[in-house]
Amino acid sequence: MWDYVKLALLALVAVVAVYAANFAHDLAYQVNAIEVAVAAAIAFIYSLRQVGEPRVHPQDEYMDGVVRAGVIATTFWGVVGFLVGVVIAFQLAFPALNISHIGGLSLEGILNFGRLRPLHTSAVIFAFGGNALIMSAFYIVQRTCATRLWGGNLGWFVFWGWQLMIVLAASSYVLGGSEGKEYAETAWHIDLWIVVVWVAFLLVFMGTLFKRKEPHIYVANWFILSMIITIAMLHIVNNLAIPVSLLGSASVQVTGGVQDAMVQWWYGHNAVGFFLTAGFLGMMYYFVPKQAERPIFSYKLSIIHFWALIFLYIWAGPHHLHYTALPEWASTLGMVFSVMLWMPSWGGMINGLMTLSGAWDKLRTDPIIRMMVISLGFYGMSTFEGPMMSIKAVNSLSHYTDWTIGHVHSGALGWNGMITFGALYFLTPRLWNRSGLYSLRLVNWHFWLATIGIVLYASSMWVTGIMEGLMWREVDANGFLVNAFADTVAAKFPMYVVRGLGGAMYLTGALIMTYNLIMTVRGQPARSALNANNVVPAE
Amino acid sequence: MCAKKVTTKSEDVGTTGHQWDGIEELNNPLPRWWVWIFYLTVIWGLGYTVFYPAWPLISHATQGIYGPSERKAVDDDIAAWDAKNAEVKAKLVAADVNAIPADATLKDYAANAGKAVFNTYCVQCHMREGQGNPAKGYPTLSDNDWLFGGTMDAIVATVSHGVRNTTDADARNVGLYMPAWAENAAPGPMADAASAKLTADQIGQLVNYVLKISGQSADEAKAAAGMQLFADNCVACHGDGGQGNRDMGAPNLTDAIWLYGGSEAQLTATIANGRGGVMPAWSGRLSEGDIRSVATYVHALGGGE
Repeated sequence: MWDYVKLALLALVAVVAVYAANFAHDLAYQVNAIEVAVAAAIAFIYSLRQVGEPRVHPQDEYMDGVVRAGVIATTFWGVVGFLVGVVIAFQLAFPALNISHIGGLSLEGILNFGRLRPLHTSAVIFAFGGNALIMSAFYIVQRTCATRLWGGNLGWFVFWGWQLMIVLAASSYVLGGSEGKEYAETAWHIDLWIVVVWVAFLLVFMGTLFKRKEPHIYVANWFILSMIITIAMLHIVNNLAIPVSLLGSASVQVTGGVQDAMVQWWYGHNAVGFFLTAGFLGMMYYFVPKQAERPIFSYKLSIIHFWALIFLYIWAGPHHLHYTALPEWASTLGMVFSVMLWMPSWGGMINGLMTLSGAWDKLRTDPIIRMMVISLGFYGMSTFEGPMMSIKAVNSLSHYTDWTIGHVHSGALGWNGMITFGALYFLTPRLWNRSGLYSLRLVNWHFWLATIGIVLYASSMWVTGIMEGLMWREVDANGFLVNAFADTVAAKFPMYVVRGLGGAMYLTGALIMTYNLIMTVRGQPARSALNANNVVPAE
Repeated sequence: MCAKKVTTKSEDVGTTGHQWDGIEELNNPLPRWWVWIFYLTVIWGLGYTVFYPAWPLISHATQGIYGPSERKAVDDDIAAWDAKNAEVKAKLVAADVNAIPADATLKDYAANAGKAVFNTYCVQCHMREGQGNPAKGYPTLSDNDWLFGGTMDAIVATVSHGVRNTTDADARNVGLYMPAWAENAAPGPMADAASAKLTADQIGQLVNYVLKISGQSADEAKAAAGMQLFADNCVACHGDGGQGNRDMGAPNLTDAIWLYGGSEAQLTATIANGRGGVMPAWSGRLSEGDIRSVATYVHALGGGE
């Protein structure tokens, strides 16, 4: 019965999408509608072929197919996101790379910085980071609850729904569909789809927690659950908008003016706080002790820093709006909460690093551990830098400069990127039942390319950011501004080139990893017929 | 969460007794330094909210012991500079415009102030240090070639009222254009301004004449024919020898400095389609002191008269 309901639903979606494509008001919406129609048609054909087939969900095996797909998607979108990042970095250094025509054909702005920038940020945060989180959440929650993923194929719906979202968002951005909200540029119809997929994600995760065989919930799962719930709340509130037409991308925000700015940065800051911090701490709390084969340093620290982090992070958003139309009291509170957030953030770093005590020798022999350690190092550095930059006096220098970009990337490339690479290296041999990685030498190459790349990126942005801030405020003996804005742009050029090179090194490292992972799966025989890693332990 | 000394030997503290997929948790206490720094940031944070506006109440927020600071800090800063500069500023506005460059104190102040004004409002078109942008017809301000004159007086008048804009009745060249001479020129004020319509051949002859008088290589036969066309149509503005006329903002055609480029193709485009560059009037947007300052800066860029 359910099969037929599903088929009818998919057919309806496909027909409605074709209709919407025909009457669409703008190209971005039209292309999105066609993509939805194609996706629904594929899902329809797939479901049709499955009708009557028995569903196989062996409860004594972990559901690892969707995690394997997650490993592939994370790697793929990572490379795409880094590549677009390198392209836009060089576009800033060499504006001629904003290619407007190929031969006589106008590209209508598709390859302009303004279109590619949200493509880059969304690709790395939501496609690379999002897939990493979904993949890790599904893997970790099964292992630490000693039970198969709840919800049958709902996990697969989450995976494919998320990929559809990525494709919709990417094509919408380059064709000009945008809500103009940083890290939330997706048009209203994509926002709605994100809610559907995200709620399914929550259900799968919660369902698995409910049917766990362990008496307690492991700390990694607290972090992941807090991430899923908070992101749902943030996403919905920040995207409250009224579509101009049901057949177009444009919509009007419910909030306006400074309220809208505040909602946007409440969302924006906590997208960093929960998506990129809490969620990735969840990954850290599983993969670091597993790889180091050491117990977590302190249960007390994990519980205290978890609750302190959750309570404090949500208030820190106003520090993005210092010295604006935002009332000063809100600005003060944002700054104060950001500074108080320093130690709760560091709790995760301490717990991760101290977990290695007694296993420090592994740093020499295991490049994956090294990757995780450097990721915790960058985490600690950027969670110190963040509170510092939120202090008004510092912010008056750093705000709107490249320092902010450097800060974000030391966190994103260093913390999120490196811990994800560590997780991918950890997961691939286990998921595909291989005895080990194809080459640790290549992991080493990846490690050094990525680390030097991040250092080049972050230090060039610190230099150019502070220089820019000082140039903007420089006044002569009579109090007149010394520099024109264009002077600061011209002065930044060499640092922009260095930044681009750092990004290129990081991308090269990711390509080496991709090769290594492919060779791990394809170039090596399976360990044995039975994947011991895939068996749910008996009670 | 009382802070105890952390032991590094895991065997001493034991674990919580739970195990997930082989992961255990040690029972280490919170690191002492971590707890104390956390307490310190909380105390500092709460203290800060006593001194500055922080806690929202029903109709307003607490204002803090030091009161609102951000906007006041900026206002105070601006007021301090204003007070410091008040005297010289008053002198600048009262002085005879043409005498400003000769007065060392005034010139020093005005050139600095003018640079800031220029870099904020003028640099977008006239580029850094007034280099100009020939591709768009924005004049270079650092040479000796002036459309409307390079004395302090003339510069102040041009900055104040602008050129051919629709907002200032005193703007220079209102309704006055370089006509579009081509017989197939697009209709509009520049086409209307042409007293005659020229064929493509005639325009080619004119172009060669202009190439010739500006010292560039030209087709002699065409230039000779163009001479008569020039006398018939162009001398009213550009003068008998093409040396230009500042009363009409008509450029000198005999030098190597061009507003819209001096190549054959560029000259053909200019004569065929006309020109009518526009500059905004700044008198309503900049103070008299600022206008005099920016004029002093431009005057000192190299071509001041």
